[in-house]
Amino acid sequence: MQPEVTLHLSVTEGRVAVLARQLCAAPGGVSNWEHVEQAPPDPIIGVTDAWRADPDPRKLNLGVGAYRTEEGKPYVLRAVREAETQMLADPASNHEYLPISGNADFCRLSRTLALGAGSAALQEGRVATVQALSGTGALRVGAEFLAQHLPASNPRVVYLPSPTWGNHKTIFAKAGFQVREYRYFDKASRGLDFGGMTADLSSAPPGAVLLLHACAHNPTGVDPSPEQWASLLQTTHDRQLLPFFDSAYQGFASGDLDADAASLRLFAASGMELVLAQSFAKNMGLYGERAGALSVVCRSKAVATRVESQLKLVIRPMYSNPPMHGAAIAARVMGDPRLNAMWKEELKGMADRIKAMRSALYRELTARNAPGDWSFVLKQIGMFSFTGMTRPQCELLVKKWHIHLTLDGRISMAGLSAATAPYLAEAIVDVVTSA
Amino acid sequence: MLSLTRKLAEVAVSPASAATLFAGVPEAPKDPILGITEKFLADSSPMKMNLGVGAYRDDNGQPVVLDCVREAERRIAGKAFMEYLPIGGLRDFISESVQLAYGEGHPVIADKQVAAVQALSGTGACRVFAEFQKRYMPGTKVYIPAPTWSNHFNIWRDAGVEFAKYRYYQPASRGLDFEGLLEDVAAAPRGSVFLLHACAHNPTGVDPTPAQWRAISAAMKERGHFPYFDMAYQGFASGDCDRDAASIRTFLADGHRLALGQSYAKNMGLYGQRVGCLSIVADSARDAAAVESQLRAVARPMYSSPPLHGALLVTKVLQDKELKAQWYKETGSQLTWNHVTDQIGMFAYSGMSGEMVDALAAQHHIYMTRDGRISMAGVNSRNVDRLAQAIHAVTSGRL
Repeated sequence: MQPEVTLHLSVTEGRVAVLARQLCAAPGGVSNWEHVEQAPPDPIIGVTDAWRADPDPRKLNLGVGAYRTEEGKPYVLRAVREAETQMLADPASNHEYLPISGNADFCRLSRTLALGAGSAALQEGRVATVQALSGTGALRVGAEFLAQHLPASNPRVVYLPSPTWGNHKTIFAKAGFQVREYRYFDKASRGLDFGGMTADLSSAPPGAVLLLHACAHNPTGVDPSPEQWASLLQTTHDRQLLPFFDSAYQGFASGDLDADAASLRLFAASGMELVLAQSFAKNMGLYGERAGALSVVCRSKAVATRVESQLKLVIRPMYSNPPMHGAAIAARVMGDPRLNAMWKEELKGMADRIKAMRSALYRELTARNAPGDWSFVLKQIGMFSFTGMTRPQCELLVKKWHIHLTLDGRISMAGLSAATAPYLAEAIVDVVTSA
Repeated sequence: MLSLTRKLAEVAVSPASAATLFAGVPEAPKDPILGITEKFLADSSPMKMNLGVGAYRDDNGQPVVLDCVREAERRIAGKAFMEYLPIGGLRDFISESVQLAYGEGHPVIADKQVAAVQALSGTGACRVFAEFQKRYMPGTKVYIPAPTWSNHFNIWRDAGVEFAKYRYYQPASRGLDFEGLLEDVAAAPRGSVFLLHACAHNPTGVDPTPAQWRAISAAMKERGHFPYFDMAYQGFASGDCDRDAASIRTFLADGHRLALGQSYAKNMGLYGQRVGCLSIVADSARDAAAVESQLRAVARPMYSSPPLHGALLVTKVLQDKELKAQWYKETGSQLTWNHVTDQIGMFAYSGMSGEMVDALAAQHHIYMTRDGRISMAGVNSRNVDRLAQAIHAVTSGRL
């Protein structure tokens, strides 16, 4: 038989087989996924999808939480590129399994970066650290560990700021925590509702977990002042809350790695136990490589050793051991003095550009007599700004001006440039006066 | 600033005197497999051997990086892309993986019936599936072969799914307990999930024959069971990717709606990059889309999106004709070792007792898992004699 005929027949047979399967599939059997509903699309990712599909040349993507250059391009840090080049050239490099707890150098360097070399907790060896899949992975492993190992008398309750990164709630809920909110963002001032925050935390049950954004709160950009942090420390101590820091923007907020770690170090210096999730997604631009670390600051070295062993028991049935590439890059960048210096300079450059965008937007809004007080644009910190725009106003921004953002009014300053700031200002003035 | 310092002094708690929240946290036992490497690393003897974890070594005991992978690394070097992958992973990677497993152009692929996400190697694929099973197949147990990779139990346990065992290995014959297996398939409640090793069963190396696979498929179809295939050695068991995936394709041909966890740890030597793929075959494109969305919903609060580097490497190798051909050649050549005769794959099930294994470590600095599983990848021409002597010494003819 001609080969084409044989092929044709086999394709036909295949089609008949498909039909047979579909006709004979057991109805109501467990292999039938009829009852599986389509999950709602992720709101943040949906913004980038919509932006991509938008044909208008003026379109802006203010949704994604990834740094963009003035030209609107993603940015791979020079220090990261060099680290990768070194790794590729190293004849000893391989793809062997990391230990369950990950790259030891990376873990050591990460926690030192966060806690500071002078940290008593580090010097006393009482910090348990494991490599994690960026911030999400650190939060999840930490939450699972706490759910399992907090004393029985501790309620499995976590307090999250209102608002917070959407995934926080899902992560803690999956780990078995009941999620409660504490007041945080004050709509009127677009600043911190410190009174509300303190009141809510003061009435939290003892032993509850308290999630804190170390700096550059996501999505609002509103951070407590140093005095407010000191007061929060007192409240945390008085109510015996367990602080769980989410640090995703160290170095990105002010441009200074140490300054951005002040809140965390304040709490650690008090001697209290705390949990820390670190991400290198933004501050090293390692987004897709999933480089992060989870640290648990304990009262003693002996406790830290036991805690680390239990963190490994959470990790092993989840993914066995962490991905090596991102952590290897980060370890090189942090550990090599020249690369470290290069990194700090680039980090400051990124933070400065964000600040420049804030200035630019504020200037343009003021020039157009935008109604109300927009100084919060300058005061808010980090990549995001919570504009306080209503949902209808945001929808108008999308539909009429082709400016894509999440409908909670959060804009990513990283998506702006000096050239596009005027356009955004014009659009904002339009929607807040008409919608 | 002064008030800050005052606050600090007021709140400062002396670590020595304050109670720890974690007083009740016990020291966890070491992982039965990965803990072996820890013990091995801690051993200072120059003669030590690590026969624990399943990672390939060359004849000098050094890790092996495939040439096709090195070349792929060179080609993707300097990539301008480090952005987040989509939650479900790299689409090209997923497409290549599914084709590799089910066969290029398989009807279920063409008809968009496959829900698939990039996963954190084989472990990650199993865990995402187990979470999905917990939610969408409530009340079902996972049936696990006796014996199996030790981490299987942990994964399904942490997902909240109960397990049961089905007979698999027959110590007397050092082969498959085929009758026992079929009996257990018939006895399990309808619609149970059965975990099957697609090829190169870990730890025994014992695989069903093609005829036995067909019988197992029929028996499982009869009971409406749901197969979950764990495939960590495609290309390594026989040297032929299609032959190693034959069990899966047999089941597909019989109309099973199955799930598959693929790992590239061994067959591409990408162990530490954590590259894998979880796929579930559904009845329709609608179902597949819905299932895939729910797999993403499991991934998002676990790690948000999978790691980029390993997926880029695999995709580079599989998409490039030359590199793919080179890969086939390199995995095929691993089998000229002739370490294993009847058993297949990386491991040999020695039949030694836990006490004998302990003696091997304590007296001979040879490390393996306590079930007597030997990773043949750790054996080479320089150490095989010493290994043989040591095994003889601890077993003293008892085996």
